[in-house]
Amino acid sequence: MEILNALALFTNFVGLPALAYGSQLALGALGVTLIYAVLRFTFFAHGDLMAFGTMVVVLATWGLQAMGVGLGPLPTALLALPAGIAAAAGFTLLSDRWVFAFYRRQKAKPVVFMIASVGVMFLLNGIVRIVIGPDDQRFADGERFLFTVGDFRDWSGLDEGVAFRSTQALTIVAAVIAMAALFWFLQRTRMGKAMRAYSDEEDLALLSGVDPAKVVRTAWILAAALATLAGVLYGLDKSFKPFTYFQLLLPIFASAILGGIGNPVGAVVGAYIVAFSEVMVTYAYRKFAGYLLPEGAMPEGLLQLLSTDYKFAVSFVILVVVLLARPTGIFRGKVI
Amino acid sequence: MSWLQGPARGPLLYLVMALLLALVGVAQSWNVALAILNMCLVSAVMALGANIAWGYAGLMNVGLMGFAALGGLAVVLAAQPPVPEAWSAGGLRLLGTGAALVASVAAIALVRARLAKGRLRALATVAMVVGAYALVRFLFDPATDAIEAVDPAVTGYLGGLGLPSATGWLLGGLLAAGAAWLIGKVSLGLRSDYFAIATLGISEIVIAVLKNEDWLARGVKNVTGLPRPAPYEVDLQASAAFVERAQAWGLDPAEASGIVVKLCYAALFAAVLGVLLWLAERALNSPWGRMMRAIRDNEVAAEAMGKDVVKRRLQTFILGSAVVGIGGAMMVSFDGQFTPGAYQPLRFTFLIWVMVIVGGSGNNWGSVLGGFLIWFVWIEAEPVGRWLMDAATAWAPEGNAFAAHLQEGAAHMRMIFMGAILLLVLRFAPRGLMPEKVRR
Repeated sequence: MEILNALALFTNFVGLPALAYGSQLALGALGVTLIYAVLRFTFFAHGDLMAFGTMVVVLATWGLQAMGVGLGPLPTALLALPAGIAAAAGFTLLSDRWVFAFYRRQKAKPVVFMIASVGVMFLLNGIVRIVIGPDDQRFADGERFLFTVGDFRDWSGLDEGVAFRSTQALTIVAAVIAMAALFWFLQRTRMGKAMRAYSDEEDLALLSGVDPAKVVRTAWILAAALATLAGVLYGLDKSFKPFTYFQLLLPIFASAILGGIGNPVGAVVGAYIVAFSEVMVTYAYRKFAGYLLPEGAMPEGLLQLLSTDYKFAVSFVILVVVLLARPTGIFRGKVI
Repeated sequence: MSWLQGPARGPLLYLVMALLLALVGVAQSWNVALAILNMCLVSAVMALGANIAWGYAGLMNVGLMGFAALGGLAVVLAAQPPVPEAWSAGGLRLLGTGAALVASVAAIALVRARLAKGRLRALATVAMVVGAYALVRFLFDPATDAIEAVDPAVTGYLGGLGLPSATGWLLGGLLAAGAAWLIGKVSLGLRSDYFAIATLGISEIVIAVLKNEDWLARGVKNVTGLPRPAPYEVDLQASAAFVERAQAWGLDPAEASGIVVKLCYAALFAAVLGVLLWLAERALNSPWGRMMRAIRDNEVAAEAMGKDVVKRRLQTFILGSAVVGIGGAMMVSFDGQFTPGAYQPLRFTFLIWVMVIVGGSGNNWGSVLGGFLIWFVWIEAEPVGRWLMDAATAWAPEGNAFAAHLQEGAAHMRMIFMGAILLLVLRFAPRGLMPEKVRR
């Protein structure tokens, strides 16, 4: 019984939140990795791209809510998602045409692309703050819980409960569907194969008739779609604040590099590792230990390894350790 | 327009900059112009620091914010008066923690050096790390709790050394250099873009530490009223001689006192910038500078010539970071307060990068000009942005919600300006306003 209680506690405060957070990171990291695989640079504006797509979704959601359109138990934001994806994809395609295409023709070094992406980041940052402002916005509606702590207690008879918020469930389901679709696209379709070929061996792919312009376009559209989806899911799960999205850049980079940058499977695995480490290291284990340790053996203090404010440090430390031990990441990513 | 390319280009651009500042002085007020000038000088120091790592060695340091904040911390540690109650409450235990930390690191290193590589060594390392963590937490937590309990509304931290404010600038440079040495040791072996991401991460960690470790510098409760290296306005206004002289010049004493104080700062900052710039130019034109450029432009060839590439890179990274730290310390001295919550990467890292790129990477004078120009634009973008928004919403009737919303967002126009400037310069003048001189 005690062990089950401990398990329920752990699931409620570590398992489910980390699973949802990991899914959001995975979608973001997939976008970063795709851009890296095809365009060969680290896209610094990814966090702000997430914020931009999400902003459009938030605005569209408010519009739909005002018109009285909804999805019942599901959040209205899902209906507004295509608008956000279209806006984000449009923005990336325009920025590619006006900014990045020039440096591709010049065969500029990756660092020049990186600096250009900082310029794009400033632009996105300004646009988002002018349109929706720098403050917190909530846009979640629909059913709040699949089951609450009370429901679970009544059902199981345990002291500890598990609440499963619908946004968490939605995040996990949506992320799994999106990832499955992406992998199907990359493995099975002609365009996906062309993208992988282009990423692996550019010259040979060009020789075989792969159209580089099309590959680049597809990569941007996919990255924008993934970024918007990740941003909306994160916003539904927590809340939408432009600066938080900017800060997500670090764990997303950590996930992509950890798994091996340019490698989609790696990005997903890396994201879950980062998310679980962040949540586990900053969780206070006092109550958890109380169930497992014998009476009277309880140590003082919260049993928290690091305060929650240091969660960035966790993803960063993982990143550095992996890079030192295995510079290509867990699943051999690209090395320029 | 060939005269624009000649040797007169640099002085001409600086002249334009001076005219812009003078224009603000005439149109707005001299107090505003001098405040901008002072922050221009600070920005120029930071841009110079970024340029040392980037222009000399091609290192993209995206953690400038962290080094600037460490410089700011140094001012608190040097200039604030010490808090004896806090020291007696937990100072000794805190020092004990530090000693325990150093001892454990040394012990772990020793054990790792003695044991052969294998499972035993890995196990021993993990066990010792866990033990050291428990020991440090056991000593550290009560010490900081005791310190933070000492009059938390006013102090709640250890205070500083009570030294003159400007010593904090030197300490800021040293602190940033120390941090850079540690970071560089770990991450300079990484690929260039991984290095950028690593520095980005470290700067976030530095800010997180400063925000949360209240015993160090009060965290988000901020340290205000830092001692200044310049006279105080109120003292000047109280002095009869000063008031008399101000009136003789036909100035309001309150306004004149502000101008005099800012001029004192400007003189100090200009002196620091001048010395740093002179040193940086000397270094660039020395055999050391030629070696650095050789490494940057062709690493393989330089390595083949027997140059220790990694070590030289570490050197420039440390030097550049120290200069950024000095800039951060100067800024905190000027503000008179240390506010960890105010450090944002866009303002303290990426803005400095815009300065370096716009000024001309690899050219110290260019970075300084970029620091001046971009800070000027950053500040003046707000009134210009508001004016633009007003013009764009002039059609709207009074009280239109959409127009009001746009006017509210005018302050964020500066982000758009910065993005546009960076992208335009990178595209049409990739070597910046004052390109690096290529010597043959």
